[in-house]
Amino acid sequence: MAARNLFEKVWAEHEVVAETPDTPAVLYIDLHLTHEVTSPQAFSMLRASGRKVRRPDRTLATMDHSTPTRREQLLAEAQIPLDDAAKQVRQLEQNAREFGVELYGLGDPRRGIVHVIGPEQGHTRPGMTIVCGDSHTSTHGALGALAFGIGSTEVGHVLATQCLLQRKPRTFSVEVQGRLQRGVSAKDLILAIIGRIGVSGGTGHVIEYRGPGIAALTMEERLTVCNMSIEAGARAGMIAPDEVTFAYLADRPGMMQGEAWDEAVARWRSLSSDPGATYDRSVTIDASAVEPMITYGTNPGMVLPVGGTIPATQGNAVFDRALSYMGFHGGEPMLGKRVDVVFVGSCTNGRLEDLQAAARVLKGRRVAAGVQMLVVPGSQLIKRQAEELGLADVFRSAGAEWRESGCSMCLGMNGDTVASGAYAVSTSNRNFEGRQGVGARTLLASPYTAAASAVAGRIADPREML
Amino acid sequence: MEPIRQIRSRTVVLASSNIDTDQIIPARFLTVTTRSGLGRSLFQDLRHLPDGRPDPQFPLNRPEAAGCTILVAGDNFGCGSSREHAPWALVDHGFRAVVSTAMADIFTNNALKNGLLPVIVDADTHRWLIDHPGAEILIDLEARRLTLPDGRSSAFPVEAFARHCLLNGIDELGYLQGKLAEIERYEAAHGR
Repeated sequence: MAARNLFEKVWAEHEVVAETPDTPAVLYIDLHLTHEVTSPQAFSMLRASGRKVRRPDRTLATMDHSTPTRREQLLAEAQIPLDDAAKQVRQLEQNAREFGVELYGLGDPRRGIVHVIGPEQGHTRPGMTIVCGDSHTSTHGALGALAFGIGSTEVGHVLATQCLLQRKPRTFSVEVQGRLQRGVSAKDLILAIIGRIGVSGGTGHVIEYRGPGIAALTMEERLTVCNMSIEAGARAGMIAPDEVTFAYLADRPGMMQGEAWDEAVARWRSLSSDPGATYDRSVTIDASAVEPMITYGTNPGMVLPVGGTIPATQGNAVFDRALSYMGFHGGEPMLGKRVDVVFVGSCTNGRLEDLQAAARVLKGRRVAAGVQMLVVPGSQLIKRQAEELGLADVFRSAGAEWRESGCSMCLGMNGDTVASGAYAVSTSNRNFEGRQGVGARTLLASPYTAAASAVAGRIADPREML
Repeated sequence: MEPIRQIRSRTVVLASSNIDTDQIIPARFLTVTTRSGLGRSLFQDLRHLPDGRPDPQFPLNRPEAAGCTILVAGDNFGCGSSREHAPWALVDHGFRAVVSTAMADIFTNNALKNGLLPVIVDADTHRWLIDHPGAEILIDLEARRLTLPDGRSSAFPVEAFARHCLLNGIDELGYLQGKLAEIERYEAAHGR
């Protein structure tokens, strides 16, 4: 058999019907994750057409986008400040009950951001196909799954048939050589990759991140890298499972034991790309040359090293509009720019290692006067772990707000928003216009850089505080 | 769904590249449980001035935009979030097609499922369209061609099955349900 890459192996295993020139493939979906924002219309479609959820055992629901992060609001659902958000939450509760889907609801200790809890609770496994009505589903590819975001109509297709109609995407190898330097994180690496290939560089492709620079990453760092694949336009991002993956999986709830585990590991090992496997495109990145990165514009590709200077305007109207929205000018350095809000959290950087990184910078320091800092764990489990490890105390002592888990200020659907004109250094994934609130100006960065900037009250290089 | 064969309309032009789904419909309008009425939130923040009044300069707010069903947009339209609310809002507003040089994958899939035709054209044709807002053009899905007012036309690609569904007003779910026997066989053979 011809050498196959990781994606090709997972795809082939899930083809119920192969594609033809006239028809897409029927692709089997192993795990369907749903949340309150993109599922209501799909459940309504099922109800209206008298259909059932075909495989509720392969469907899991959680609530994360519209949910409050203030404890007092979480405890009494009636107090969710936004009426529509409360309605959405109640709707998911009702849909889950009616269609027999397991729900990690508001009071559940397993609740959290859908892309954080999938891996954390042992649902995400190598070789699976995973979909969710959410573009950051690419996150789960860090464990060697083929995972991608879909729209609500497709959510309905999967609920009704456990399958999707899909054309086979092309493949893109991103080979990472070298190791990240001190104070440089997986977030900086993926921002550097997006800066290199562009925000549409991955369109139509599934990226496989490979090479020694990827093998050296922890599981949580790999999740951060795959999470932002969609910001390069890619359909999905994948990393071949290895010893790091297996060690992570072995600790998950509900994981198989004994012989079943050994068999699974042997199967997962065979997913790695064969020697000589080819890709439609490839680039190589040197991790050792990556510096702490920060965005200066209104898409994640407008990114530079934190010590860098904003590029001069090139007479490009879109570029000029982005700088005007940000209140920046070509030729200005990023270091020292004003910061009003710092957000540590999201499916990109809301895991325990991210909180540990932010706490390392904040320990014994204070958030600068006039800066609001919000730390929002990616799940209720991470919240508990961070409290047990004393991280929450570090955040509170530094003057940061410590919240319940959720998507929160990444997209501001739950009322956690950034004021118009304010500058927010955010560990999330999108610096689009208005993403964090009407007129909000977002600068994407790592937890290290976000925490360092909170302390300085200005954009700061975290390496000076580590 | 209504079959689509030809779309003839004057165009509205949004020349910016990378118009993401947060700009098409901001997240604060996603706390809905239906898909209707989203057109009123379409391009909400782009359409309004900071004081909340409609921006008279924004192309969609200009009187000549009334009744236009074809949107011409810059490169990489629809990038970002998977929200189907973006095509729902465009369709609710009255758009039937979006023309660009490239569109994001998830947006393209979502658009096709809602009778909104994504039309990818060559750079020259795109340049002409950007430079001539309001031009009356013809998009022929059956022939897969876009024709400019002077008669020049260019081919555009569209996935064969999606085209078949749009031309005949067929719902893709019906086709998938027709594969139930194959799905059950797959589940039995693969331990699902």
